Amino acid sequence: MQVQHATEHAHPQLGFWRKYVFSTDHKIIGIQYMITAMAMAVVGGLLSMLMRLQLAWPSQQWPMLGKILPVAFAGNIMDPGFYVSLVTMHGTIMVFFLFTAVLTGAFGNFLIPLQIGARDMAFPFLNALSYWVFLLSCIVIISALFVAGGAPLGGWTAYAPLSALGEASGPGEGAGMTLWITALGLFTISGLMGGLNYVTTILTMRTKGLSMMRLPLTQWSLLITAILGLLAFPVLLAAAILLTFDRMGGTSFFIPSGIIMNNRLLGNSGGHPLLWQHLFWFFGHPEVYIVILPAMGMASDILSTFCRKPIFSYKMMVYSMASIAGLSFIVWGNHMFVSGMSPFLGSVFTMTTLVIAVPSAVKTFNWLGTVWGARIRFTTASLFSIGFISVFVSGGLSGIFLGSSAADIYLQDTYFVVAHFHLVMAIAPLFAAFAGIYYWFPKMFGRFMNEFLGKVHFWASLIGVYAVFFPMHILGITGHMRRIYDPLFYEFLKPDQAMNVFVSVSAFALAAVQLIFLANFFISIFAGKKVNENNPWHATTLEWETPCPTGHGNFGDELPVVHRWAFDYSVPGAKNDFVPQTVPPGGEKV
Amino acid sequence: MPVLTEDKLAGDIGVPPRMTPPSGGDGRGEPDSSFPVSSRQMATWLLMTGVGMLFAGLTSAYIVLRGVPTWEHLQLPPMVWGNTLILLVSSLTFDLARRAVKVDNISAVRKWLGLTAALGIVFVSGQILLWRQMTASGLLLTSTLHSSFFYVLSGVHAVHILGGLIGLAWVSVQAWKGRFSSISFEPLRLCANYWHFMGGVWLFLILLLVFA
Repeated sequence: MQVQHATEHAHPQLGFWRKYVFSTDHKIIGIQYMITAMAMAVVGGLLSMLMRLQLAWPSQQWPMLGKILPVAFAGNIMDPGFYVSLVTMHGTIMVFFLFTAVLTGAFGNFLIPLQIGARDMAFPFLNALSYWVFLLSCIVIISALFVAGGAPLGGWTAYAPLSALGEASGPGEGAGMTLWITALGLFTISGLMGGLNYVTTILTMRTKGLSMMRLPLTQWSLLITAILGLLAFPVLLAAAILLTFDRMGGTSFFIPSGIIMNNRLLGNSGGHPLLWQHLFWFFGHPEVYIVILPAMGMASDILSTFCRKPIFSYKMMVYSMASIAGLSFIVWGNHMFVSGMSPFLGSVFTMTTLVIAVPSAVKTFNWLGTVWGARIRFTTASLFSIGFISVFVSGGLSGIFLGSSAADIYLQDTYFVVAHFHLVMAIAPLFAAFAGIYYWFPKMFGRFMNEFLGKVHFWASLIGVYAVFFPMHILGITGHMRRIYDPLFYEFLKPDQAMNVFVSVSAFALAAVQLIFLANFFISIFAGKKVNENNPWHATTLEWETPCPTGHGNFGDELPVVHRWAFDYSVPGAKNDFVPQTVPPGGEKV
Repeated sequence: MPVLTEDKLAGDIGVPPRMTPPSGGDGRGEPDSSFPVSSRQMATWLLMTGVGMLFAGLTSAYIVLRGVPTWEHLQLPPMVWGNTLILLVSSLTFDLARRAVKVDNISAVRKWLGLTAALGIVFVSGQILLWRQMTASGLLLTSTLHSSFFYVLSGVHAVHILGGLIGLAWVSVQAWKGRFSSISFEPLRLCANYWHFMGGVWLFLILLLVFA
C-alpha cells in the first residue's frame, strides 16, 4: 500500500455545522443521502403495512387506527380513497426517494471520489446543493400526506387524464397531486445536478493510471446510471411541465375532448392521455435500470472481494451494463401493451424487451462464474450479494412473461406484475444496498456492524421476501388485480384470501426484521467494533487505502497511483490473496 | 502563446495559470487525469444534453399532438422573427467577445459581452411583448393546442435564456475585473457554448412551431 497517510491535514478543520450538516464533503453528503433515504423507507414501508392490513382483513374495524387517523379510518374502517393514496405514495417514495436516492445518491456520492482516487467531486457545492434540493423534495412529497384531500390517487405513474383534471377527479388530485408534481420536479433537478457531477467526476478526475478499463464495476455502473438519468429525467420534467399547465393553466395536452366531470362537459379539446404514458414510460423504463445498475455494480465488486476471485469476464460485465442502458430507451411500450397499441408495434416492443434478457443473462452467468469454485467468505455483505443474484433472477424470469405482449394481456395489472417488479427492482436493489452498507460501513464510520445480527437480518429477509412475493405470482395468475381495495368484493377472488393473509403476515414479519437492521446500523455507528486497519476486508480498490473513517480530502499529500485493475484476487505467486490497485507490477510478490 | 493550451490550463479565475500540472492533483484532480476535456467543459456538455432532452421530450409531445384531427395551426405574429434575429445576433456578439479574448483585447471583450447581455435582455423583453401581443389578439394559452405549445415552449426556453443571462452576468463581472486573458478564458467560452446552444434550440423551436 503506497498511500496510508492520515488525511485531515489535507484540508482545514471545520466546525460541527460545516462538517456534518452544511458539508460539501462527498462522504458526508453520501451519508446524508443514506440516512434521509432510510427515513423515507420507514415511511414508505409503513404505508405498505397499512395496505397489507387492508388486503388481508378488508372489512375489519381498527379502533386504534381510527383514533390515530380519524379521516383515513372514518368509522374505524380504512377509506377506499386513502387506500389508493397509499398505493401512490408507497410507490413514489420507494422508487424515487428510497431506491434512486440510496443507490445513486448515497453510494454514488460516497464512493465515486474514493474509488477513483480523487479528493472530492468535480463540483462539491453543486453536490451539496443537490442533496438539499433532494431533502426539500422529500419534505414536499411527505407533506402531500397531510394536505386537505390527502395524497394523490393516481399511482406512482400518475396517469392522465385523472392526474390532469385537478380536484374534480378525486380528493387527492388537488393539492396532493400538485405537491406530487412539485416534489418530482425538485427531485429531477436534484438528480440532474448529481448526475452531471457523477459523469464529470468519473470521466475527468480519475487518478494517474486509472484507465476506464481499470475502474471497479461500481464506478462503471454509476457512470452509466448517471448518463441514463441525464437522458431520462428531463423527459419526465417535460411531461411534468405539460401536466402542470393542464392542471393550472387550462391547457389540454393530456385531456381529450368530451370529458364530463360532475355532470359538466369540460371545455378541453384535442389532448391525448396516452401521450402522458409514452412520456412517462420513456423515462420510467430507464428509471428501472437507474435503480438496478448500481446494484449490479456494487454486488459484482463485493462478490468478487468475498469470493477472492476476479469478477468473471469484466469486459462483458461493462458491455452488458452499457447495452442494458441503451436498450432501456426502446422498450417503454412494454408498459402499454393494453393501451390499444397496434399489435405490430406490440411485437416490436416485445422483441426489444426480450433482447434485454441477453445482457442480463450474461451478467447472471458471470456472477455464477465468479462464485463457481470460490472459497467464499460468508460475511453479511457477501450473503446479501448472493441474495441479490437470487432475487434478481427470480424477478427477472417473470419479466420474460410480462415482456411478451401475448402473455402480458392476461397478466397486465395483476399481482403477477406486482410480484415481478418488487423482486427485480425493489428487493434486488435493496439487497445490494444492504450488501453495500454492511461492506462500506467501516469506511463510513470506522466501526463494523454486528455480523451476527447482520446474518439474522439476511436469512430472515431472504425467507421473508420469498414468502411475501412468491405467492403474489399465483395470486396474479388467478386474476387478482393490483391496486384493489377489497378483494372480497369479487366472488372469484374469495378463494385467494388465505394467501392474501399469508402474504400480509409475512410482510409484517419482514418489516419487523428490518428493525434489526436499523438498530444494528444506528447502534454500530457509536458502539460497533472498532476497525483497526484501512482494509479490513482485504479488498483491492482505492477506498481501502484510506483510513476508516476517511477524513476530509480522502488521501494524504499525494493522490494514489494505480497500476492494475480492481480484481487482482488470488494472483498466482502473489504473497497475499489480494493485490491492491496501487501495487506496481511485480510488487505483489514482495 | 497558442490558444490551444487554454483547455488544459483552466485553473480558477484569478489564479495565474500553471504551465506544468503539479503531480498529485490540486484538489480538483484534473491534472492527474489523462482525460482530454476539463471538468467544466464536460459539465457544460452534460448540461446541454439534459436541456436538449427536455426540449426533445416537449418536441415529441408536439409531434404527437400535431397529428390529432382537431389541430388548428395558427399564424404567429411577425414579431417572432424579429426576436429570433435579435437572439441570433447576440450569438454573433458573444462569439466576437470570444475572439477578442483570444487576442487579449479585453476592452473589446467587455464591449461585446455587454452588447450580448443587452441583446439577451431585449430578446426576453421581446418575448414578453410577443406574448402580450398574442394575448391581446385573442390567442391565449388555452385557445388551441398550437397556441398552448407556443406559450409553453417559448416560456421554457425563456427560462433557460434567463439562466444564460445569469451566467453571462457573472462572466461579464469577471471580464470587468480583468480575470480573462488569451490563455485563461474557459468560463467565457463555456458560457458562449451554452448561449449558442440555446440560440440553436430557439431556431429549432420556431421552425417547428411555424412550419411543422
